[in-house]
Amino acid sequence: MKKVIVGMGTCGMSAGAQQVYDRMKQILAENPGTFMLGGTGCIGMCYREPLLEVRDGAQRTIYGQVTPEIAAGIFEKHVLAGEEYDGNVVYSVDGKGAVGGTEADFLRQQKRIVLRNCGTIDPESIDEYEGIGGYKALGKALREMKPEEIVEEIKSSGLRGRGGAGFPTGLKWSFAAANKADKKYVVCNADEGDPGAFMDRSVLESDPHAVLEGMIICGKAIGSDFGYIYCRAEYPMAIRRLNIAIEAARGKGYLGKNILGSGFDFDIKIKQGAGAFVCGEETALFASIEGQRGMPRIRPPFPAEKGLWQKPTNNNNVETYANVPWIIVNGAKAYAAFGTEKSRGTKVFALAGKVVRGGLAEVPMGTTIHDLVFKIGGGIKAGRKFKAVQMGGPSGGCIPSDLDHTPVDFESIPATGAIMGSGGMVVLDDASCMVEMARFFLDFTQNESCGKCTFCRIGTLRMLEVLTRITNGEGESGDVEKLQTLGRQIKEASLCGLGQTAPNPVLSTIRFYRDEYDAHINEKRCPSSSCSALVDFNIDAEKCTGCTVCAKNCPVNAISGKAKETHVIDNSVCVKCGKCITSCNFGAVYKS
Amino acid sequence: MIDTAGREDNFSYRLWRYDGAPGELIPLLQSAQDHFGYIPRKAINYIAGVTGIPESEVYGVITFYSQFRLQPMGKHVIRACDGTACHVSGSRMIIDTIEDELGIEVGGTTEDGLFTLNTVACIGCCSLSPVIMIDDETHGQLTPASLRKLLREVRRKEKAAGQKVAAAG
Repeated sequence: MKKVIVGMGTCGMSAGAQQVYDRMKQILAENPGTFMLGGTGCIGMCYREPLLEVRDGAQRTIYGQVTPEIAAGIFEKHVLAGEEYDGNVVYSVDGKGAVGGTEADFLRQQKRIVLRNCGTIDPESIDEYEGIGGYKALGKALREMKPEEIVEEIKSSGLRGRGGAGFPTGLKWSFAAANKADKKYVVCNADEGDPGAFMDRSVLESDPHAVLEGMIICGKAIGSDFGYIYCRAEYPMAIRRLNIAIEAARGKGYLGKNILGSGFDFDIKIKQGAGAFVCGEETALFASIEGQRGMPRIRPPFPAEKGLWQKPTNNNNVETYANVPWIIVNGAKAYAAFGTEKSRGTKVFALAGKVVRGGLAEVPMGTTIHDLVFKIGGGIKAGRKFKAVQMGGPSGGCIPSDLDHTPVDFESIPATGAIMGSGGMVVLDDASCMVEMARFFLDFTQNESCGKCTFCRIGTLRMLEVLTRITNGEGESGDVEKLQTLGRQIKEASLCGLGQTAPNPVLSTIRFYRDEYDAHINEKRCPSSSCSALVDFNIDAEKCTGCTVCAKNCPVNAISGKAKETHVIDNSVCVKCGKCITSCNFGAVYKS
Repeated sequence: MIDTAGREDNFSYRLWRYDGAPGELIPLLQSAQDHFGYIPRKAINYIAGVTGIPESEVYGVITFYSQFRLQPMGKHVIRACDGTACHVSGSRMIIDTIEDELGIEVGGTTEDGLFTLNTVACIGCCSLSPVIMIDDETHGQLTPASLRKLLREVRRKEKAAGQKVAAAG
């Protein structure tokens, strides 16, 4: 029997997946026995949500941008008559494995290890996870492997921490394993705070058991019987599905006492974050789990020695743990076959911004930025020019388009002044102002600084003030040097990763786009026509209907024109407040 | 899709069940906020009493985390996304439009208690940017015009519901 599966991740839901699912449920009630209905997580094609798949044995057809009406059409034509519903097929695999659909390129270029089950299984069903080989790795690790062998396997796979820093995972585990203590902890960092990054959310929503399985295996390897998942409160669906997964795993004896009869005990608890970016830093995260203000501590002692509750702790992020079961089942060699010499395996990236296909893509390490943006991402929206990618969020930097041959791995990306980060990749086009971009990130880190270190607390504020001045057209000569000096000082004198990386967006844009800073400061001009204070406001005569709304809203009466005639803005009077843009119902006001 | 079953685990139940286990302060504050919509003075009082943590420290934790609020919120909470992807797609303009339409600033509540406006760093719907959430519903690919329409629609529905209640009463 054919199966109809609706993508029910957060992106899908916000695009209207619930309405599609409800319509299908209604159709099924009216036509009982015609198909099976299910839900799944995120396959990564966020830009085509809501997605609906019709699966018939090995044949898969995924429809994109499905509305309840289209869903009804798919039922009539595909489910009943067995023909493809025209116009919305984004991806298909026929019985012989031939791939088709408008978005086939998006998936064809990928190698999915972490996302292996995302968008194919029902994340709320442990049976489906077991059905595709889930918890086999756990069985193997508990029954056939000694803890040292597990650590050795992870070591030789070459897996490095996917949270951003890229510390070798096996080595980290060996430290925690070597420390003797009455209690040890396994912590999963699911406090994905970088704006523009949603890899971990998607894995937790789409394949929660893979993360649990990775954590239990880690527990066995380091000799711990308890784990915490620290998940940000902004991800309610991830938390809900994790809770369902934990309950189900307990029910099947994968969590609890004497797991699979091996004598090994392990259990997991979810801790919800409360909205503090700094809690992504591991020592601040521990403080938050302990119920305190999430402020970082001095390292050493490192978590492997004294972590959560002062006990030896191993902390990895979601994506790292999700890799573990695959490595245990398929072997370290198979994993190490992907990627580059020093960065093995794959990495998930969240493509967003001015790219045509925004979504999640997993590629072997060493894939170039160009391939990610153009082959997978489909190029730049609205035919504009590719300017840069921003990687690593507020801790990272911009990589300009002429360096787009840079391979994504833990060595090449830092060489450009950016960082790998957790995988957020925001694509910028020629309308993006790099000074404004730097100001945006500084504003973020300045807000999120916990206040412990003076340089981070006050230094970021001083930098933000200088940047705001520059974007307002009040920059002074010497401002860029001031930013560079402050940036260096903050990097050197801050305790944790937040402060040590906060100046990166500024320093990296100065490095590659010094001319834009100079244009703002010396010529009081924004080359991308983006900074409101430095541009002229105009009205497009073609779009203007003469409704007079903008003129009524203008606080300084800079807009003139009769009703039903094109209006004109007098830029010598205009104070650049932007009210005309936000009040126009026809999108007729533009900056230049 | 917010977990409603979890609500059984309410504030007074949690307080009553608190067994002195360390690290429960944040979950207690979260359930207080779930229960009252914000964290009132008396909740700080209860929590300090039960856990033995000084009120000053409880207050310190509340003000550290952006999730916690010491003031009641409006009936509808608008969370405007100002993450990187939304920012490059014009979220500033979207936030300006909301501020102008409702006559409040970020963090404020309208006089009629209908709307509270907050910003968030990222909702994770980057490919639908610019995005806002009104309560638990996400609205994407907004323009100033479509946004004003949306807000007026919510207002209109509230007004109609109010009149209905008044007529029935």
